[in-house]
Amino acid sequence: MSALLPAEFADLEPFAAKWCLPTEPERYGTRLASTTEQMQVFYDAITPRLEDVLAYLEKLPYDALPDDATNLLCLLYSMIQASFPVEIWRQPKVPDTGATSFDCFVEPVP
Amino acid sequence: MPRFPKPPEGSWTEHYPELGTGPVSYEDSISPEYFEREKEAIFKRAWLNVGRVEQLPRVGSYFTKDIKAAHASIVVARDKAGEVRAFHNMCRHRGNKLVWTEDPKNESQGVCRQFTCKYHGWRYDLDGSLTFIQQEGEFFDVDRSQWGLAPVHCEVWAGFIFVNFSREPSQSLREFLGPMVTDLEGYPFERMTARFGYSTTVGANWKLFMDAFAEFYHAPVLHGNQSPEKYSKAAVQAGFEAPHYQIERPHRLVSTSGVRFWEMDADMIKPMEAMTRGGLFGPWDKAELGEMPKGLNPAKCDPWGLDSFQLFPNFVILIWSQGWYLTYHYWPTSHNTHVFEGNVYFLPATNVRDRISQEMSAVTFKEFALQDANTLEATQMMLETRYVDRFLLGDQEILCRHLHAEVRDWIDTYEGASR
Repeated sequence: MSALLPAEFADLEPFAAKWCLPTEPERYGTRLASTTEQMQVFYDAITPRLEDVLAYLEKLPYDALPDDATNLLCLLYSMIQASFPVEIWRQPKVPDTGATSFDCFVEPVP
Repeated sequence: MPRFPKPPEGSWTEHYPELGTGPVSYEDSISPEYFEREKEAIFKRAWLNVGRVEQLPRVGSYFTKDIKAAHASIVVARDKAGEVRAFHNMCRHRGNKLVWTEDPKNESQGVCRQFTCKYHGWRYDLDGSLTFIQQEGEFFDVDRSQWGLAPVHCEVWAGFIFVNFSREPSQSLREFLGPMVTDLEGYPFERMTARFGYSTTVGANWKLFMDAFAEFYHAPVLHGNQSPEKYSKAAVQAGFEAPHYQIERPHRLVSTSGVRFWEMDADMIKPMEAMTRGGLFGPWDKAELGEMPKGLNPAKCDPWGLDSFQLFPNFVILIWSQGWYLTYHYWPTSHNTHVFEGNVYFLPATNVRDRISQEMSAVTFKEFALQDANTLEATQMMLETRYVDRFLLGDQEILCRHLHAEVRDWIDTYEGASR
């Protein structure tokens, strides 16, 4: 299978198939379907690489990112999703919210 | 000692004596009959925001909007002259819903040259005029100019599209908004096109959810588990005080002071906030928007947090000091349900660092809103038991008091006039 991410970020490739998701509903859905432990592993792998990722992406034209760079950016959006359970709640969903949902129907691209 | 001075009367609430300071009832939020009265007195008479002009980028752009509280379903479009117009979404021939895709119960949007009824093919120009009748010769003395789409009063202010369902609105949109709101003119809403939109159905009366976002007294408590423990403890200890409240009927405003997260110790903020330089108050690096309109930050608070303009009946424009804004819409669907829509608007990002701080801010907004929404269902559930019907409101909850009073006043005025 060909890589989803630029070669410089081969270490993050194991997370790419699950977390390189273009839309918020997909990322949020994946978060709810994951355990905090799974997200902790992803978080621990990507956060030390954040500055490298940003430095890499900043060298490219923001309005014309190649596919592998767009995937990398989506991986950062997923990192943000995963940070909430990992850093504070130790559960995928914000506490005390029962069956309540709040569906994202439009978001900026990329 | 209050952190911010209160009006000379001693409190914000007493500054508006018609509001009183006594306990209140929420019978207005649990009664199906009261909701029917609100429909007639408010939702069929007030100016209602249905969107922004950016949703209609070119000639022929349109979107539909069902407004159950006004028992209406409309189509809003940009005509050939570039004007934004609204019509009842109904063919004049046999009353079929004119614009819909797949399921007539769902909203629809797109671009078209004209509207064509799916039933018998009657066609309407973007300005609503009837342009084509299939087998016109079969009809009797039809003057097509008399059978255009039924128009809905539609006016635009600062790019916000408003409609009004009364036969003749008693005020123009501008008069209805009044100076407190129109003093926002000049804010660059039109440049802030990077939009995150969210929607949900909430099992609570629309006013109760407006109340939730009309006070920040709840914030340190309800949202305590959104922050590191040290920050949450400090926030509860400090409590919440707003530097400024303002009521210019029928609308209301609360302004808050700001927090400089970027100056805080690491154990007061979440690591991801520091990594992305974003969070609840928005991007840490303020977007440069130029000179701000005179209506913003009325208390001249420094640091300033946000201004929440609560437009009667069901629309909020909330402007953050960090150069972004939110809108809230509360669309009632029954006495104990409504559709809540939240939109987050930023300047379009031009680099990845700005983009991820926007992402962090939008995701944080959603997490807070989820807690607010679920709490409201818990409130509605208990109010409907009706065992208790008197409740206290503090001075930081003055705007909750005002919304319910304003609703009551509109109903009394309307029903008084029609008696």
